[in-house]
Amino acid sequence: MQKTENKKGKYIIIDGYRMEDKFNGLDDSIKIEMLRKMYEIRHFENETEQFIIRGMIHGTCHLYIGEEATAVGAIYAINDDDYITSTHRGHGHCIAKGADLNIMMAELLGKRTGYCKGKGGSMHIADVGSGNLGANGVVGGSIGIATGAALTCKMKKNGKIVVCFFGDGAANQGIFHGSINMASIWDLPIIYLCENNVYGMSTSVKEAFNIEKISDRKCAYGIEGLTIDGNNLVEVFNAVSHFTGECRAGRGPVLIESLTYRWMGHSKSDAQVYRTKEEIKQWVERDPIERYKKILIDQKILTEKEDRDLEKEAISQIEEAAKFARESPFPEPSEVEDDVYA
Amino acid sequence: MRELTYLEAIREAMQQKMREDSNVYLIGEDIAEYGGAFGVTVGMLEEFGKERIINTPISEEAIIGVATGSAVTGMRPIAEIMFSDFITIAMDQIANQAAKIRYMFGGKAKVPLVIRTAGGGGTGAAAQHSQSLEALVAHIPGLKVVMPSCPYDVKGLLVSSINDDNPVIFIEHKLLYNNKKCIQNVPRQMYEIPLGKGDVKREGSDISVAATSYMVQKSLEAAEKLSQEKGIECEVIDIRTLRPLDIDIILDSIKKTGRLLCVEEAPIFGGFMGEVSAQVSEKGFNWLDAPVVRVAGRNCPVPYSLVLEQEMIPGASRIEKGILNLLNKT
Repeated sequence: MQKTENKKGKYIIIDGYRMEDKFNGLDDSIKIEMLRKMYEIRHFENETEQFIIRGMIHGTCHLYIGEEATAVGAIYAINDDDYITSTHRGHGHCIAKGADLNIMMAELLGKRTGYCKGKGGSMHIADVGSGNLGANGVVGGSIGIATGAALTCKMKKNGKIVVCFFGDGAANQGIFHGSINMASIWDLPIIYLCENNVYGMSTSVKEAFNIEKISDRKCAYGIEGLTIDGNNLVEVFNAVSHFTGECRAGRGPVLIESLTYRWMGHSKSDAQVYRTKEEIKQWVERDPIERYKKILIDQKILTEKEDRDLEKEAISQIEEAAKFARESPFPEPSEVEDDVYA
Repeated sequence: MRELTYLEAIREAMQQKMREDSNVYLIGEDIAEYGGAFGVTVGMLEEFGKERIINTPISEEAIIGVATGSAVTGMRPIAEIMFSDFITIAMDQIANQAAKIRYMFGGKAKVPLVIRTAGGGGTGAAAQHSQSLEALVAHIPGLKVVMPSCPYDVKGLLVSSINDDNPVIFIEHKLLYNNKKCIQNVPRQMYEIPLGKGDVKREGSDISVAATSYMVQKSLEAAEKLSQEKGIECEVIDIRTLRPLDIDIILDSIKKTGRLLCVEEAPIFGGFMGEVSAQVSEKGFNWLDAPVVRVAGRNCPVPYSLVLEQEMIPGASRIEKGILNLLNKT
């Protein structure tokens, strides 16, 4: 991210797009809240990993550790009542959108008190009322749904927009093409946010693409698009913020590629033979939380002690969620055929 | 009352619902100026405008994905898939998304989506434009499946499907759209026919014949002939909605007749009538005087040549033979 001075103030340039540094204008409290959300995600995932190790997660889980800045930066750039769709690696989006940690954790343990009454699990957490249209077990499965939500926004003229999260793998699914094309021809208010975390399960983007930047696919649809550092919360926030106005004004969709990396394996059964420890180490050195924390401390928005307290608070919240989940009842077997039909 | 074709009855149901509820809209290929591949939506663009009669690129998967997403967020889309064969292109969105959303989310979302599509053969369109894939979708919990056989039913069932808060696969038959033989009196006002209710189209006491879609018309044809020529009285039951299935109407009928012939157009192997047959065997064995028999499509794709196509898809004469065999009156 380059910065340029101009008589109106400070502009930044991200991947060739000149934009206002909207992050700079945020209240300190919001800047701190974003750090807290990243801690919540990190420790939620750490706790989830403990549950996996102890055999308390019945199915699988896909952890978001290392990608926190993308979910938090993007979701804090939109309004509370805007929509998101998420992915199989969806805990981060869900937490950033304001989900209740207790109810989330209960769902992971298959409990009746969970978001889906134990019927969905990690890959299907949704909270439609708060605009979270759900994680999705199918790679690319939510791109069409997100586009449909954007069509609702346009038809109802409700001023809302949609952020559609998906991974690099999903960018090679047919639904990616069909949906973005429709959003483009109809000027739908949607931001397609491709989290390029380098691997679709074990297949590297180098093997799966013959282009440098996934955002170059914007040309195929006649839309705007750019590639950003997804481990830099400030950059994610500014890039998404830059396009929300255009989207809301009916000037169509955007394709943002957010470069990031998942530190953990694909799922609980990944031996990670396809990547090196050295590669992981390089990305851990670019920890989105450490980088953002440093910015806040350098700008004197936060002291080291306040930061430690913030993290402690997040940890105790997660412990509380884990306790709630453990102590919650399982569903009754008799509930198995409930909720199939409205 | 006035008479309408099946196609006109479908159009009227959509027009009346769209006038009543601004959340109802149409999305599909060539449905605007062209009026749909079969002409069902002719004139609707003029009345409702392109904001509500949404012409799409040829992207079936995205059509259903977009319709699903808009349904979850408050709209009531009617998606047209030109040929029922093409639902396979949209199958992730139908089977993994639309059908599952409510259950996966613990009952906290609804998907009021209707997928209208033209099924069935007899048009010489061969293997990729003639299939009857209802068993594929009826198998999936979360979907409702409707196959109307006549103009009166198609209007009332479509109104109910649009009013339903679940994804409904609404399979129309190409040979019914403009079929002058089955024009009917259709009330002008809007009315509902509940999903999950079959209908006795012809009463009889000798044998029960349960059929779907165009095969109801063919079964009625066979029944009339047998009545006139041999004095055999068939009770013809239109299943109308495959899921939810009204098994009671069939059980009530076999209590009277003791025999059941199931008729469908799809290949017999794994077809929907296998489900009907199994349920009747499980729940109605005591009333049966003979095994349930199926007359259905042959186990091959729908062929092109008229001679072959007529061999693959059951007609009135095969149904007639099936009835006689089941009554031991060959």
